[in-house]
Amino acid sequence: MRLLSLLFAFLLTLSVAPLAADARSDAKKQVEFGIAVSQRGLWREAIYRWERAAQIDPTYAAAHNNLAIAYEHEGELDKARAAYEKALELEPNNTFIKQNYELFKEINDRTTRPDTL
Amino acid sequence: MTARLARTLCSLAAVALTVACTNYYEIPIETPIRPKLDVSAFQRVLVAGFIAGGSEDVDGNLETTRLLRSQLRTKSEMRVIDTDVLPLMDVASETRATSENAQPNEAQGTAPGVIKEDSDLEPYEHVFADVEYWKRIGEEYQQPLIVTGTVMFAPQARSGIVQRDQEVYDSFGRRRVVPVRTYMERKGFVLKPRFIFIDGRTGTVLHSENFREEILYNANQTSPALSSYFELMDRLIPSFLSTLSSQKIKGTRVLLQ
Repeated sequence: MRLLSLLFAFLLTLSVAPLAADARSDAKKQVEFGIAVSQRGLWREAIYRWERAAQIDPTYAAAHNNLAIAYEHEGELDKARAAYEKALELEPNNTFIKQNYELFKEINDRTTRPDTL
Repeated sequence: MTARLARTLCSLAAVALTVACTNYYEIPIETPIRPKLDVSAFQRVLVAGFIAGGSEDVDGNLETTRLLRSQLRTKSEMRVIDTDVLPLMDVASETRATSENAQPNEAQGTAPGVIKEDSDLEPYEHVFADVEYWKRIGEEYQQPLIVTGTVMFAPQARSGIVQRDQEVYDSFGRRRVVPVRTYMERKGFVLKPRFIFIDGRTGTVLHSENFREEILYNANQTSPALSSYFELMDRLIPSFLSTLSSQKIKGTRVLLQ
């Protein structure tokens, strides 16, 4: 019985692994396209692509990081913060994401000074 | 030996693979910052004047009014009203005298009209809450956004342990920079403005913001008070402007693949 459940788990892993790989591969294509269009200044299109990438593979930190940058560029600072935090949750030791987030916070803090009426 | 070599090669391959897999692209971005205050209802702005004190070498009222007007002229869409600076200290003194029959500063024992410390500003601050007065000013200048407030620009001296970098050369003539902690006496200035934004239609305060900037020099270094004032104002002007008009902040971020 135990052998049977182990075999079932093994088969399940085998069948799910390619699906996950496919999801990452599809998401990566969206991310790459998003990078190409953002470099040409088409930030709305880039947002659409990176949102798609994050939908396809919600564990893809790069998609959330890029999305955060695009939101920042569009002035949607609340969304940018949420996307950076998601990216950091997925890859807490990624120095690029950490650096981007620190720069973002510096700007965001200017808009929310505590000593205003 | 072969096993160790294989392990080393494997780890090198892993590092190379990680670097190769982390494709990144630096990209310039411009973050638009929305103004803190919605000023769409105003076509004109009146920098009315300030209650200022601290250093006798700088007229904080006149200099701040001039500087803010010139900044707003170039960096704001509102029309800047050119007029004489309002004598706010006199206005505050008069209104207080009529209400309490006493001059500001009398209680503290300071000569009337002399502001040396932050606490000396307090007897005048009621003028900013005088809705009728600001409404009258608003009517006179076609209901603009009114900018006023207080400015304290005062000399300060501080002494203590300061860490600074020092160049040292070893016996081979090689240069090194090492941190050195020394006791120093320093003097400079502190600038503490409070900008108050008043609705010229109603006379009510819309927004108020406090700033603090300071600059310290070596005790033997002399710097004119006015140039220090402009240096400190330069630091906080972007924050002041971001209250009224949208700004774009340029930067660079890293896109990941």
